Amino acid sequence: MATVGRALLILALVVALYGVAASIYGAVRGRDEWIASGRRSVYAIAALVTGAFAILEIAFLRSDFSFATVASHSSTTTPTFYKGAAAWSSQEGSLLLWLWLLSLWSSLVLFATRNQLRRVAPYATAVLLGFAAFFAALLVFKETPFELRAVAPAEGNGLNPLLRHPSMMIHPPMLYSGYTLFTIPFAFAVGALITRQVGAADWIRATRRFALGAWLFLGIGILLGARWSYAELGWGGYWAWDPVENASLLPWLTGTAFIHSIMIQEKRGMLKIWNVSLILATGVLAILGTFLVRSGILDSIHAFGASTLGIPFVTLIGVLIAASIGLVVLRRSELRSENRLDSLLSREAIFLLNNLVLVAMAFVVFWGTFWPLIAEALTGTRRALGPPWFDKYTVPLAIVLVLLSGIGPVIAWRKATASNARRNFLLPAVAALALGAVLAAMGAAERPLALAMFVCGAFVVVSVGQEFWRGVGVRRAMTGENPLAALRSLVARNRRRYGGYLVHVGMALLFVGVAASTAFNDARDVRLAPGQSVRSGDYTFTYRQATSRISTRDGELEKISFGAVVDVSRDGRHVTTMRPERGYYPSRDVTGLGPVGRFFEGEATSEIGLDAGLRRDIWTAMTPDIRRLLPTIEQGDRVFAAAAGKLPAQLEGQALGAALKGIVDKYLSDRPQATFRVISSPLVTWIWIGSIVVFLGGLIALWPGPDAARRRVSARYAARVAEDLGRA
Amino acid sequence: MDIVALLVILVVLAAVVALVSAPLRGRAAQRVRADAEDRVAELEARKEAKYRELRDAEMDLRTGKLSQEDHRVLDRQLRAEAVEILKALDDARG
Repeated sequence: MATVGRALLILALVVALYGVAASIYGAVRGRDEWIASGRRSVYAIAALVTGAFAILEIAFLRSDFSFATVASHSSTTTPTFYKGAAAWSSQEGSLLLWLWLLSLWSSLVLFATRNQLRRVAPYATAVLLGFAAFFAALLVFKETPFELRAVAPAEGNGLNPLLRHPSMMIHPPMLYSGYTLFTIPFAFAVGALITRQVGAADWIRATRRFALGAWLFLGIGILLGARWSYAELGWGGYWAWDPVENASLLPWLTGTAFIHSIMIQEKRGMLKIWNVSLILATGVLAILGTFLVRSGILDSIHAFGASTLGIPFVTLIGVLIAASIGLVVLRRSELRSENRLDSLLSREAIFLLNNLVLVAMAFVVFWGTFWPLIAEALTGTRRALGPPWFDKYTVPLAIVLVLLSGIGPVIAWRKATASNARRNFLLPAVAALALGAVLAAMGAAERPLALAMFVCGAFVVVSVGQEFWRGVGVRRAMTGENPLAALRSLVARNRRRYGGYLVHVGMALLFVGVAASTAFNDARDVRLAPGQSVRSGDYTFTYRQATSRISTRDGELEKISFGAVVDVSRDGRHVTTMRPERGYYPSRDVTGLGPVGRFFEGEATSEIGLDAGLRRDIWTAMTPDIRRLLPTIEQGDRVFAAAAGKLPAQLEGQALGAALKGIVDKYLSDRPQATFRVISSPLVTWIWIGSIVVFLGGLIALWPGPDAARRRVSARYAARVAEDLGRA
Repeated sequence: MDIVALLVILVVLAAVVALVSAPLRGRAAQRVRADAEDRVAELEARKEAKYRELRDAEMDLRTGKLSQEDHRVLDRQLRAEAVEILKALDDARG
């Protein structure tokens, strides 16, 4: 099957190259049959790569270790769910996933626009096929997922235990869906620039939903990564300004700016240069994001690649940047605005400000992420910038962003008068300031930036709530519907607007959660013996006793866990009992390791203790002190080395099991000390609740409106406009 | 390479060639008036956008974001712009 998989990828590469040529030839010569052939190339690639991906998945599910990538990233003891997802934990598998998703999304958009944008679409097709050819070439020449081993090993290395978390299995497809979906508006923007069709009516209308989908998927991916970090990495945080985290945030920030600013182009014919520049930058940043994860160019806990892909990716990014700048400069006269800003007190002005803040944030993140490379180029020494540097700039920008997301919904397009502004801002401003005063009196004034975020967050929630309230009131006055039906029809008639409002509320909740959990968390690192306690915030953590266990899967030892029973109390009352653990997975690379020692030389993961609540999360992780076990482990290795070859395999396995059981029991009887990280952190849950609200709002905005209803409304307005025309 | 794999690859190759070359093998598609159609599509979209602006302005009036006076001025301006688009649309459709 590997041969077939490899052939499918070679065929995909050939078809992609043919499709690029056919699309461009058809566009230049005005030959529809060649354009159609180019478009069909995309469908063909989707089918070919689906086949290749299915072959790889089957190999993983069957634990076919003749495939080098399966042997390196899976094992018979890997749970089936994770076997299916282990494909994209490898370099080659993730590149194949990228190509697969790109081909599917490209097919979808080209099918949807097959009778539209006849001049733009062929060039967009060529760009999308160019991306497909690039990734297919990497898979054929650099990182093939279908490389076979001369002799298949009996067992694979297994999936990196850190990745054995449900969110980590969905996280890469979500991120890659976001990246690949952003290439679609990028490709159509390039096509629009080449053909000088840069009005909002064409490329923006055709690809707006794909941009929104990209934003949604990328956001889900980022949040799942944050959740994984919080629940799996054992440090208690959800965001570390790690280069790979930042790489996914960059296109999300510029993409967020884009989905706001295109509304101004759609409504007013303004910001054309800005919009094409934003989406071109977003497309390039999406490729850059993939490159950072896959190249290992920046030190990151998430970078899974080696540097073999550096030159092709840098070349591609260089070409994309040069071509983007060249196109925008060449088409600057077509990109002139049709209108001017009527007033600084208008929704357009707020959107512009929001765009500037988002782009400023993207610039800060970009600068901080690439500073190690910049510093190395300038000084010869690689120096990274830590979270305090990022926080210094992004926190004030985030506060302004949240404030703007509350102002936007309550201010009119074109021009808002001071009296209208007063009417709309009064209630949200008073409510937010009142909450701020109460929180300040309760001690929040010690953290002024966090307090500012709480005030702005409250402003957003009340202003959006007021919008829904008034909108429902208008609907009820017009139709006599009950409040629920009025709310439903209000949202259904303008999903984009009200879905967007919901996104603003979700973001406000998310940022309030971030501000509270960052400013008011209490984290302690402490070494405890059984019976000892430590305080964090209002809570007392008591290390009651040690735990240990051996986990097996299909008769094979999966891991050895050493843990603790931790009682948490508040004011002397028991709150919860937690059981954090450290799991040790055996090393598959046995070179130089003894049969017992190898069980403690592989990967180790943290199983955290977490009591999550709406007001506060109580979190703990532990690292056992296994130094007292080392003499026993070494002694075991010596005994097994001396007995090597003298015992039957079955007996040797039983003896090894007994030895490990003895080590696990000894850990318990030693009453071992352990190092604990205990955290009491407020409002963390609101980050996840806010995220759900954001994505619910995103889905509403993305959901297509009923065509029939739109036509009826259009017809009604058309009649009114025609009536005016008749009177004129 | 085993024979089954070779057969599978040949079948896939034939299917891909058939799929991709179908538009080239058939009767040459009649050249559509792409530019004119694109122009109509663009104007239709501009019309929809203008109607959306009109609806938004009406909603802004009803929810108190715009005063009666501001709305009257804005509404008149938007309708004039809509009329221009409708005229251009009629011209484009011939």
